[in-house]
Amino acid sequence: MAGRLSASPPWWQNRRLVPWLVQGAVGLGILVVIAFLLGNLVRNLSAAGLLLSWRWLGQPASFDIAESLLPFNASEPYWRGLLAGLVNTLRVVGLGLIGATLLGTLVGSASFSSNGLVKRLARIYVEVIRNIPLLLQLVFWYFVVFLALPNGEAAIQLPGIVLSKSGLFLAGFEAGFHWSGPSLVDGVWQGPLRFTPEFGALLTGLVVYTGAFIAEVVRGGIAAVPKGQWEAATSLGLGPLLSLRRIIIPQALRVIVPGLNTQYISLAKNSSLAVACGYSDLYSVAETSLNQTGRAIEVIVILLAAYLAIDLAISLVMNGLNRLVQIKER
Amino acid sequence: MPRVVRSSLRKELFANPIDGLVSVLLISGVGAAGYGLIHWALTQAQWVVIQANSTLFAVGRYPIEQQWRLWLLVALVAAATGLSWGALRGLPQRDRPITAVWPRNDRIAAIVLVALCGWAPAALGLAWPIQARWWALTALLLVLRWLAGRYASRLRKVATLGLPLLWPLLYLVGMVLIGGGLGLVTVGANEWGGLLLTLIEASFAILLSAPLGVVLALGRRSSLPLLRWGSIAYIEFIRGAPLITLLFLGQNILGFLLPGGLAPDRIWRAAWILTFFSAAYLAEAVRAGLAAVPRGQLEAARSLGLNLPQALSRVVLPQALRIALPATVGQFISLLQDTTLLSLIGLLDLLGTARSVMANPLYLGKSAEVYLTLAVLFWCCCAALGLGSRALERRLNPPTLGP
Amino acid sequence: MPFLRKLLPKLSLASTLGLALLLASCASESGGLQSQKIDLIKGRGKLICGVEGKLPGFSFLGSDGAYSGLDVDICKAVAASLLGDPSKVEYRDLNSSERFAALASGEVDLLSRNTTETLTRDAAGGNGLSFAPTTFYDGQGVMVGAGSGVKSLKDLAGKPICVESGTTTELNLADRMRELKAPYTPLKFQTGDQTYAAYLQGRCLAVTSDRSQLAAKRTNFPDPAAHLLLGEVLSKEPLTPATTNADPVWSDAVRWSVYALMQAEELGITKANVAAKLALAKANPNQADLRRFLGVEGDFGKTLGLPADFVVKEIAAVGNYGEIFDRNVGPGSKLKLDRGLNRQWSQGGLIYSPPFR
Repeated sequence: MAGRLSASPPWWQNRRLVPWLVQGAVGLGILVVIAFLLGNLVRNLSAAGLLLSWRWLGQPASFDIAESLLPFNASEPYWRGLLAGLVNTLRVVGLGLIGATLLGTLVGSASFSSNGLVKRLARIYVEVIRNIPLLLQLVFWYFVVFLALPNGEAAIQLPGIVLSKSGLFLAGFEAGFHWSGPSLVDGVWQGPLRFTPEFGALLTGLVVYTGAFIAEVVRGGIAAVPKGQWEAATSLGLGPLLSLRRIIIPQALRVIVPGLNTQYISLAKNSSLAVACGYSDLYSVAETSLNQTGRAIEVIVILLAAYLAIDLAISLVMNGLNRLVQIKER
Repeated sequence: MPRVVRSSLRKELFANPIDGLVSVLLISGVGAAGYGLIHWALTQAQWVVIQANSTLFAVGRYPIEQQWRLWLLVALVAAATGLSWGALRGLPQRDRPITAVWPRNDRIAAIVLVALCGWAPAALGLAWPIQARWWALTALLLVLRWLAGRYASRLRKVATLGLPLLWPLLYLVGMVLIGGGLGLVTVGANEWGGLLLTLIEASFAILLSAPLGVVLALGRRSSLPLLRWGSIAYIEFIRGAPLITLLFLGQNILGFLLPGGLAPDRIWRAAWILTFFSAAYLAEAVRAGLAAVPRGQLEAARSLGLNLPQALSRVVLPQALRIALPATVGQFISLLQDTTLLSLIGLLDLLGTARSVMANPLYLGKSAEVYLTLAVLFWCCCAALGLGSRALERRLNPPTLGP
Repeated sequence: MPFLRKLLPKLSLASTLGLALLLASCASESGGLQSQKIDLIKGRGKLICGVEGKLPGFSFLGSDGAYSGLDVDICKAVAASLLGDPSKVEYRDLNSSERFAALASGEVDLLSRNTTETLTRDAAGGNGLSFAPTTFYDGQGVMVGAGSGVKSLKDLAGKPICVESGTTTELNLADRMRELKAPYTPLKFQTGDQTYAAYLQGRCLAVTSDRSQLAAKRTNFPDPAAHLLLGEVLSKEPLTPATTNADPVWSDAVRWSVYALMQAEELGITKANVAAKLALAKANPNQADLRRFLGVEGDFGKTLGLPADFVVKEIAAVGNYGEIFDRNVGPGSKLKLDRGLNRQWSQGGLIYSPPFR
């Protein structure tokens, strides 16, 4: 009896050895696969004369970009073009985050409205938008909505705002700080502040789509606050606004912030669908660069690194916010 | 009961002056938009673009002389749907007694189905024989639904054993019917298109990413550092990259990574990329489910003498997967939507077909009609998946213990 | 001894290399041309051809699911010459940004997709393509609305211009506008159909592309007369089928399959009379040129890694170059383009096949 107990179990039941063997096998397998793929890559690339090199980044791009915050023309190098694309991406992502958060919060809180119609419409909006692919919505916004706007004198004109096929023009300060509105110069609208239809369609599509998801996050967050909290706040004599600000929102944010993080990251990644509506974002410039240079690997590395960096930045900010919200709870 | 209606209307819409104002504004806004849409759809829209290209939208360039195989497949799917539906209703459940053969929801579903099959083929302007085929298919579905609902409880053993086997078997048969082999003429992946391609890509990715996602989730929670870090690296890498860059990678770089000629066809390449993409997201859903299962469950199972695989597969995973079900189905829905990105890499999926149809000058400027039709189609598919998941969730949830 | 030990690996390497060389020379000595690509295509039983797919006259997928056009006929001709059957082609719709990667990674065997031959694309240090003879000499043009008041490129300064991204067109436009010192807004789209859709919906004042393409697209516009091509030609655009540099045997086979179409037109061999010409060549030993060309004598086919009768198969399948042109883009088509530069050299054009000798 004692002998049997003390006899060591066979090696395949060894609690220390087996995990390491499993890991070793998995690690070896991964290494072999990676080595195989890399070997092929190097062989195929050198056969095609495309071995890894970053020199092309310094050569003139010789293509133009329609709109960019960063001044860019065809004689500037590729890296400037990619940078201009990145700035365009950041622009649409930044405005998109703000817009989607506002819309999502509005719709999410509308699901708690005392008005039955408002409640139902909020529900319908969420259910309709979430079940239609974003890409389809983007081409719809661009080709069906924005490109169907009237042009020239027929454009939709409000004081200080003109909405036409060539874009949205807003009044603003021009050089010398004098206030001026949009004006029609030989049949073409001009104005201090301009958003192109490509940008507009992408931004609208992203805001409307992500807004629906954020609305769900917000609704879930508010619903997670027990009803008793409302009642307690009311019985303490707090008005509805005050109880919302002091009691409900701080608790709801605990649930909302992590959910927002996911939605923000997905908005940033979805901005790469800009190619579908002609907006020159990072992905679109990268694709053009690949086409001119044939440097597939380098271009994809740049793309992946850039999007990872954007995601990371969003996550960092949101994690900081999360910490803030969580501490407050204590 | 007009008074009840009136009082509930008042409570819902006109509880106070502000609510009343908002309601009036919304009603007029929604009314105007709805009227505009209906007016456009009935008088201005030219649905001929959908009618003339319905085959292209449905199956792409699938050879006409082989299309009987797809009809056969649709008939099999209709039969399987009818059988499963009926059996699910007819089999006694743990906590609920068998209700009528046709509960209220089922009656509504059946009526909607009949209405749809009467209206849609006619609206598409299909030839009479084809319309008749759709009627026959609907009739087949409903008859089998009735038979299965009626006799499932008598053939309980066959039903409980057969149902889980039915669908995987059907999938295999379907792939053979679509792609050929086993004596059927081969129809290459390049000739699939439209809705057919969308569904193939989505179902392939869903089926394969599910086990892969579970493995990754287990890996991420494993105590072995290599497995854990490997899974984390994979999941975070995939989740950090936009799908389009991954598809781009698949189309442009996979050819370089594999020896010449070994790289799969680009349809399958895209399917694999979708699978790998979706697996990372599924892994996160499953991980959340695993985290929700109390640690004591695993410990209890181990102390009962189960080894790790047994404890995981018998005790932990069933609970985790049930908790993860809504998130999982959510991921499947977004996967179905993500298939539209295939059009950006030049594949003729539903959206890709739409874009190539609109390149045909005959249909220039008909984008609203096409995009709206696609939107409705996608909405129906996604909403159906969502409804199905909620029904499944209700069924899987363990009966709450009585007092 | 240590010396020998050091030398041994080198010696063995050298001997292996020598052996390999010997074997290789034996292989080529025995006459079998080594082309992985040709073997692959034969084994697969079909040619995979990259086309545009949405360009009437060049490659267009009709409602019946069949492809047609000049570029498509080149694919068919090559398939006929290698496999003996013009229907053994699998078409891949490629957009302009993915076409070179598709060729480089071996996804398509042949790129017949209105692609302009340029130095960078040809050079081994660039895209590394190998170009066949040009099948359509074109130039870049600009199309504007007839009522827009635009008379020349200069008038487009500061205006939006639609262009397909990843094309030489995009680069030429940038160059020309830079020369004119005219800033402009290039609106780029991934695919041709989106580009033209945006133009037709009035987002751009002008659209630029190859002149033939503009003409082809215009025939299908709701009101073709409302659009006109500017007189300026921005660049030379020789549209040329291409293969990769990787397999010279395959590239040569494609090159001479295309030349054969041009040579056939010069010799007056058509789809209708090719059988008669073959009979004539067989019956008449004095027709040496014709006999060689049609593979009755000599071994042109074998030299290229193709069947001996590849020319006959090709012509019987798609006709000669002139017939292909007329049927798809010339008088026999909706496009009704003039032959222009694409006439035979003997008639003042640029279509010139080197001798089949």
